[in-house]
Amino acid sequence: MPLPAVLLAALAVAFFALPLLGLLWRAPWSSAWTYLTSDTATTALRLSLWCSLWATALSLLFGVPLAWLLARSELPGRGLIRALCTLSMVLPPVVGGVALFFALGRRGLVGQYLDQWFGLRLPFTTTGVVVAQTFVAMPFLVLTVEAALRQLDPRHEEASRTLGASPWYTFRRVTLPAIRPALVAGAVLSWARALGEFGATITFAGNFPGTTQTMPLAVYLSLERNPEEAIVLALVLIVVSFAVLVGLRDRWLAQQIRTRPVAA
Amino acid sequence: MSLRAEIALRIGSLDLDVALHVAPGRVLALLGPNGAGKSTILRCLAGLTPIDRGRITIDGTVVDDPATGVFVEPERRPIGVVFQDYLLFEHMSVLENVAFGLRARALPKRDARARAAALLEQVGLADHAAQRPRALSGGQAQRVALARALAVSPRLLLLDEPLAALDVGTRAALRRDLRRHLDTFDGMRVLVTHDPLDAYALADHVAIIEAGRIVQAGTLTEITAHPRSRYVADLVGVNLITGTVRGNVLTTDRGTTVVVADATPGEAYAVIRPHSITLTRHAPAGTSARNCWPGTIADIDQLGDRARVAIDGPLPLTAEITLAALRELDLRPGDDVHATVKATDIEVAPA
Repeated sequence: MPLPAVLLAALAVAFFALPLLGLLWRAPWSSAWTYLTSDTATTALRLSLWCSLWATALSLLFGVPLAWLLARSELPGRGLIRALCTLSMVLPPVVGGVALFFALGRRGLVGQYLDQWFGLRLPFTTTGVVVAQTFVAMPFLVLTVEAALRQLDPRHEEASRTLGASPWYTFRRVTLPAIRPALVAGAVLSWARALGEFGATITFAGNFPGTTQTMPLAVYLSLERNPEEAIVLALVLIVVSFAVLVGLRDRWLAQQIRTRPVAA
Repeated sequence: MSLRAEIALRIGSLDLDVALHVAPGRVLALLGPNGAGKSTILRCLAGLTPIDRGRITIDGTVVDDPATGVFVEPERRPIGVVFQDYLLFEHMSVLENVAFGLRARALPKRDARARAAALLEQVGLADHAAQRPRALSGGQAQRVALARALAVSPRLLLLDEPLAALDVGTRAALRRDLRRHLDTFDGMRVLVTHDPLDAYALADHVAIIEAGRIVQAGTLTEITAHPRSRYVADLVGVNLITGTVRGNVLTTDRGTTVVVADATPGEAYAVIRPHSITLTRHAPAGTSARNCWPGTIADIDQLGDRARVAIDGPLPLTAEITLAALRELDLRPGDDVHATVKATDIEVAPA
């Protein structure tokens, strides 16, 4: 590898490592435990995990069929649909939150009927947090899965049909297992995006401890009130995210090794 | 109880228009070059590509008829398909691959696995049941694909170039294996291939496909003897000789000897291309050619600027010479000639 590339790569690693070191350097280690076990921290962490996992589940439920539609159908205007469904990736999250508010808010385009007919109010509720997180997280899953579906040789699905399998059976038993790496990767990306969601959440769902105050919100607010607490909460977020990334990776690697051919 | 198919379809630059008929228990080979439409015909029969016009009937049931709007989905057709590169499911074990069709038909897991295990036993792969497909050799993968297709007891088995993915060295042995396994199946079979030897070894009837049309159909012996076009002559108009190899000599069933090169002992096919045969009025002297057979001209066919000369004798042969040579030698039916072939011009494949 050429030396300039090594140097630039080393700088890039430092760029990602330095902020972490900065936090560790300023962390109030003696009082860390107190902050960790504080109500603010445990409540926000529980809420964050709960909401982000729900957002990931919803992204999978709706995102996989959407990816399928984008990858496989001959639908006219597919490009437009893709742009529409992935807009929230590039949109400032605050703008997304505002848009959600006017669509699903109590007086919103659809929100008023949700309230009238079902008594369902999304803004400033935990459900609203999940909706906001799903809104920004699902595109990551859709794009990852769509790319995998495009790369998949459709002839395996045809082979399945000739063996007597219905389209649905084929999708479950042939297509989904074949794109499993992309499903896992897409789900992890979505989950990470949902966990870190801030802008759309605070705009659409507000900042109520125990109901809508997720970890990123708690970090931001405590930064003004009590920077030491903010640092500890930030480190918790980092540790949780890092642990999940590393854990999934190891499990994933183990899986790959298991599916290797057995030497006869 | 047979397959009847009239298939008309335009797809890309291919304009397909063919009619096929396969009697129960028979094997039809579709022979032709790449892009002629052979594989598309199989896709139409399997229901993977709907036809534009025509009608496909399997065992008396119409499965595709655009005129009346009938189209039976692939999963509801009584078919089995062995694809060119087998398309085994990589995320399943070999056993699960073979059991797939039965499971898709909602057979209980235990029964499906028992039947799949029995089929694997039949094709000699019982020991590989727990392996992943990628651990198999090409020949083993082919047998798994065959077992998987036969597991659901299809009436019509479609084979798309089943030997093309294999290297030349193993083809002959696998062709023999495939014939043995196919013989145990009593349904109809349609086989796509570009190799006349496959057709010769595996099929009863042959349809030669060129640019979406059947240019000639019949038994391979008929077509080989009387190709109706230059194209068919080049494709299948070869002399196929069966016999037993011992040392460097192949002895035919009628006792004629053919000197060959690089042959393995045992039953074998020898292929002598008509254009590698030299015809002379008298037995040549001092030639390096190892084979020289006397014979009588039975027939002369003119195809373009060449003549195909059929020779009767201890070893019936068809030779191909230019019209100029034909005129110079002044050859006519009934004339005695000698046919000379170099041993190295003869291809030998184990039967």
